[in-house]
This record gives sequence, structure tokens and C-alpha cells, in this order.
Amino acid sequence: MDLSAINPVLLIASLMVAATPLLLAAIGELVVERAGVLNLGVEGMMIIGAIAGFAIAVETTSPLLGLVAAMVAGAVLSLLFAFLTQFALANQVASGLALTLFGLGLSALMGQSYVGIKPPAMAKLDIPVLSDLPVIGPILFSHDPVLYIGIGLTAAVWWFLKKSRGGLILRAVGESHDAAHALGYNVIRVRVLAIMFGGACAGLGGAYISLIRVPQWTEGMTAGIGWIALALVVFASWKPWRVLLGAYLFGGINVLQLNLQAAGIAIPVEYLAMSPYLITILVLVIMSADKSGAPASLGRTFHASQ
Amino acid sequence: MKLTKLLTSAAVALGLATTAMADTTKVGFIYVGPVGDGGWTYEHNKGRLAVEEHFGDKVETTFVENVPEGADAERVITQMALQGADLIFTTSFGYMDPTINVAKKFPKVKFEHATGYKQADNVSVYSARFYEGRAVQGHIAGHMTKTNKIGYIASFPIPEVIRGINSAYIHAKKVNPDIEFSVIWAYTWFDPAKEADAAKALIEQGADVILQHTDSTAPQAAAQAAGNVITFGQASDMGEYAPFPRVSSIIDDWAPYYVARTQAVIDGTWESVSTWDGIGAGMVGIGEISDAVPADVKASALALKESLADGSYHAFTGPLNKQDGSAWLAEGETAADYGDNGLAGLNFYVEGITAEIPN
Repeated sequence: MDLSAINPVLLIASLMVAATPLLLAAIGELVVERAGVLNLGVEGMMIIGAIAGFAIAVETTSPLLGLVAAMVAGAVLSLLFAFLTQFALANQVASGLALTLFGLGLSALMGQSYVGIKPPAMAKLDIPVLSDLPVIGPILFSHDPVLYIGIGLTAAVWWFLKKSRGGLILRAVGESHDAAHALGYNVIRVRVLAIMFGGACAGLGGAYISLIRVPQWTEGMTAGIGWIALALVVFASWKPWRVLLGAYLFGGINVLQLNLQAAGIAIPVEYLAMSPYLITILVLVIMSADKSGAPASLGRTFHASQ
Repeated sequence: MKLTKLLTSAAVALGLATTAMADTTKVGFIYVGPVGDGGWTYEHNKGRLAVEEHFGDKVETTFVENVPEGADAERVITQMALQGADLIFTTSFGYMDPTINVAKKFPKVKFEHATGYKQADNVSVYSARFYEGRAVQGHIAGHMTKTNKIGYIASFPIPEVIRGINSAYIHAKKVNPDIEFSVIWAYTWFDPAKEADAAKALIEQGADVILQHTDSTAPQAAAQAAGNVITFGQASDMGEYAPFPRVSSIIDDWAPYYVARTQAVIDGTWESVSTWDGIGAGMVGIGEISDAVPADVKASALALKESLADGSYHAFTGPLNKQDGSAWLAEGETAADYGDNGLAGLNFYVEGITAEIPN
């Protein structure tokens, strides 16, 4: 066992990177669910974002354009879900699952000519002085821009839901779509916009994996992060800051347990491997003892005639 | 009248179709990852394509990818057998019990399970002696490391993986007594993000050689980003990362075996066998050793490969002790394939590795 081999600064820096795709996907899904829609297609939208972002970044040699393309691709795919559930009134669970399967298949098809290609590198933030600070520099000021977007987005979503009129409408739609409808709000429009936002966030999260965290394209490379994001939203009681905490806990403990293994610490590997799931769930369940429940209309189909 | 006629002709057509179908042999493949993983499954799929090319219209192949190991595998294999497959290759260790279970229900269908050890009348097992390739990797790694720390991304604690770690360790230690191994168990065959994280963790802790027993190319990308770390292709050549960081690779070549077994089914000569071939038989290939490796190291690595291929040297040759210090192989003794302490069921590290194997 050699704990001194673990560099805490590098550890914290890499746990932030590991948490970001999860955070992005979860914060998008949070908004969708607060609007009363359960979209189980997060994994599918992520992987479509991963390949779309990768392909565009490779073709244009601009990682930034790749990220934008990933958001667009995720949003476009989510429109399919929006059409099925909001206009064709299809079952949300089934449509979401279909979206995941469709996304995985389509991404494999789209990605065939991109296996083994290296994407253009994303420039990291490099602020003179600040980035060179010991300890704080590598942790806070020398990441890729998307990581900051993830944190900024969390703050923005919190503000939007809590403080803005638009957020109030969105929450009203999620809690009781009939009441919101009676008040004259366009339930379908609000929900479609929320679904598109969720799609864009998931797409960005996917592209973060293929362009920055790994970075390469491999079939099925999101490997279940979309599902973890879905679970995280529930355990975080649909609250933005708890999603952030949960994502950092999960990503952090995952990186930490790999580091502990590499350092040869004498904890059985099985416990280390399950620790991210266990600790994240435990912490968030304890925090949600205040009984903040799910949006009341979550998963229910709305039609103005009913 | 019209309807009956229609039905009759449909029945005739169907009958014709089935007789035509009877001439084709159906071969199914169950994959643990996607065919585009660039590693393990990619090579199995290359074997499948070789079967198609070799037999043309006489053989029809199907495959299902991303099949989880465990109960779900049983369902998929059953479905494949129900759809009329004559021969089914299940290509991951975790399909062992599902394969045996399904095989009991379909005595006429032939099964081939990769890397396992449970045989039945209609279940063959086949594997490759990857540990021979690991010996070559360990040899190169021991020579090339500057920090004397070698990182190993392992998948599951099964004999195949443990053999690889032991073999790499023995041969790295032989050329460089100061080396240390750090092993990370990823508990997955395929998860690029996790594999990348594992590689980064090892590199941050000073490893400058990364060996992987997981299937994606993500660790290669992580090593490339780090700049001064070398890697080896796993299961497939992963040549897109050559000449650096990827300095060599183990390449699985299943095509000749798949073609031969399909031929046996067509000829009606198929029998349950246990095949375990290495470098010599061509089932394990060593990818080109790149110029990043010094010429003398390359030469000695190739010599080692030759001696493994012609059988003059065994990768597990005594004296070797188990991790706890008790004797395993005496001077000059080579490890047996089966039996107590045999390679097939290897479940211990050799002396010198400090980590513990998870249960």
C-alpha cells in the first residue's frame, strides 16, 4: 500500500472531469422531469451526441463546432420522443426505451468510418497567473470549458426553476398539467421545449465523453452513463444542486477507487467497485429525508381534451 | 377457391424455401461487446466474416452483440438455437454456464464456448494461450520502463486474466528485477470511459507502461495524451496508436478455427473437443513491434516469441513460487494445463506481486 502515490490535486482535477458527462445529462433530464415528462432515452441521446460531436469535430477540426453539433443532434433526436409522446400520445416509458435502442443503433451506423480516428484536441483554459497557482490552479483554473459550462448550467437551472417566471410555469406544468392548462399555459409547448433542452444537455454530455474524456469514438462508449443520470435525478429529489453533488460524488468515488486500487490499498476490490453506487445513493437518500417528492404529473400523458 | 389456391401456393413456396434453406448451415455468434470495439469482439467478428467468405452461400451467419454475461445470455442463445442455428459460438467467459444450460435443451445443435472449461457432448471449448503473448509484452515492458512501475488494467478475476498478469510479471521481472505491478480491476470488459479513468489513475501514480485486459482502445488514447507512456494492443492490433504509445500487441486470430469447425459441422464430423492454441498454431499473433522499441529489445522479444512458438520454452517454467511463498513449479518444471495448480484454473499470483486477487 502506498497512499503517497496518489496526488490529491490530480485526483480532484480528474474527478471533476469524470463527473461532468453525468452532470450534464442529469441536469437536462432534471428539467425534463420537472416538466412532468419521463424520458428514458438519455443514453440514446448521449451516444448520438457523442458520435455527432465527434464526426463534426473531426470533419471541421473544430471541437467547439463538434460540441454545438452534439447539442443539436441530441435535441433533434429528443424531438422524435417529443413527437411520439406529446402529439401521438404514446407511452413515455416505451418511447424512451425505444429512443435509447434507436440511438445506440444509429450511432453505431453513423460511427463506422470514425473508429480509430483521433479528434482535434479541446484547448484547456489557461489563464495567466491563476492557472499557474499551486493546488488551486490545476483544480479550478485549468480545465476544458465544458466542465465550467456544466457547473454554470446547474446554477442557471437552479435559478430558472426557483426564481424565474418561466421556471414557475414549467414546474406548474410538471405538478398539474390540467391546472396549468386551465390557467392558459401551453402545456405541450413547455414540455417540448423542456424535452429539447434535455436532449441538448445529454448530447453535450455524450460529446464530452467522445471528445474530451476518452477521447475517441467507440461503439456503445457511453456504457450506461445515461441510466446512471436517470437514477441520479431521482435520488437527488429533482434538485439541481443535489444533482451536482451526486454527480461529483459518483464520479469522484469512481476515480478515487481506481486510484486506491492502483496504490494497492488493502480494501477488497469488490467493495471499492461498488462504493460509488453505494455511497452516492446513501448520501442522497439521507439528504432527501425532507420528503420532497416527484413532480405530480411525472410520466402522465396530457391532452387538452381530457 | 382463390384463397385455398393462394394458401397452397404459399405452402409450396414455403416448402421450396425450407428445402433450399436446408442446404445452408447456420452459424451463430454471441458477442460480449459491440463489433466496433476495436478489440476482442472485433476480432471474433473478423473470424465470422472469414467464415462467410470461405463458404459463400453454403453458410449463413448471424450474430448478436452486446449480450450481457449471465441470465440474459441464456435467453439470447436459446433464441438463436430456436431460429435454427446449427453451430453457435459463444465468445466470452461469462457465457459458460448459459451455454451449458442451453446445450442440454438442444442436443442437436453444436456449441463452442470461448475461454471456458466446461465441456459437454455438444459443447466444445476453445481458447488461445494469450499468456504467451503476455510474456512478450512483459519482456518489452521490463526493458522499456523508466519509472519501474507497470500498470495493468484487468477485467474480471478469472483464470485467463490472472494467467496474463502472472506471465507479464514473470517476464518483466526477469529482465528488470526492480519493477512493480499495479493492478486495477475494472469489472468490465468494455467501458471506454472507465478504462480511460483507470489508465489515467495508473499514469498519475507513476506507471509508464500500461497493459490492458479490457477491450476498448480508450487506455491507448489516455497514454497518448500523457505522452511518455507505452501500451500494447489487446486482442486486436490497435495499430492506429502505433508506433507510439502502442509498441506491440496481442492479436487473436480466430478465423482458421471458425472455418475448420464450420467445415466439421458441414461434413458431419464435428466432435466435442477442447482446443487451446498459442503462438505456434497461429491463434495468438504478436503485432509488429514498433520502432519505439530499441533494436536489441526488439530482437530479444522476437527470440522469446520464437521459442514460445516452437515449444522450446514454456511461459511458466520453474522455479516459480506462489504469492504466499509456497512452491509451485520446481527448477525446469513447466506448468500443466489442467489439474491442481494447472493453468486452466489458475487462481493465484506468483511470488513478487504485491496486490491481492479479489474473490
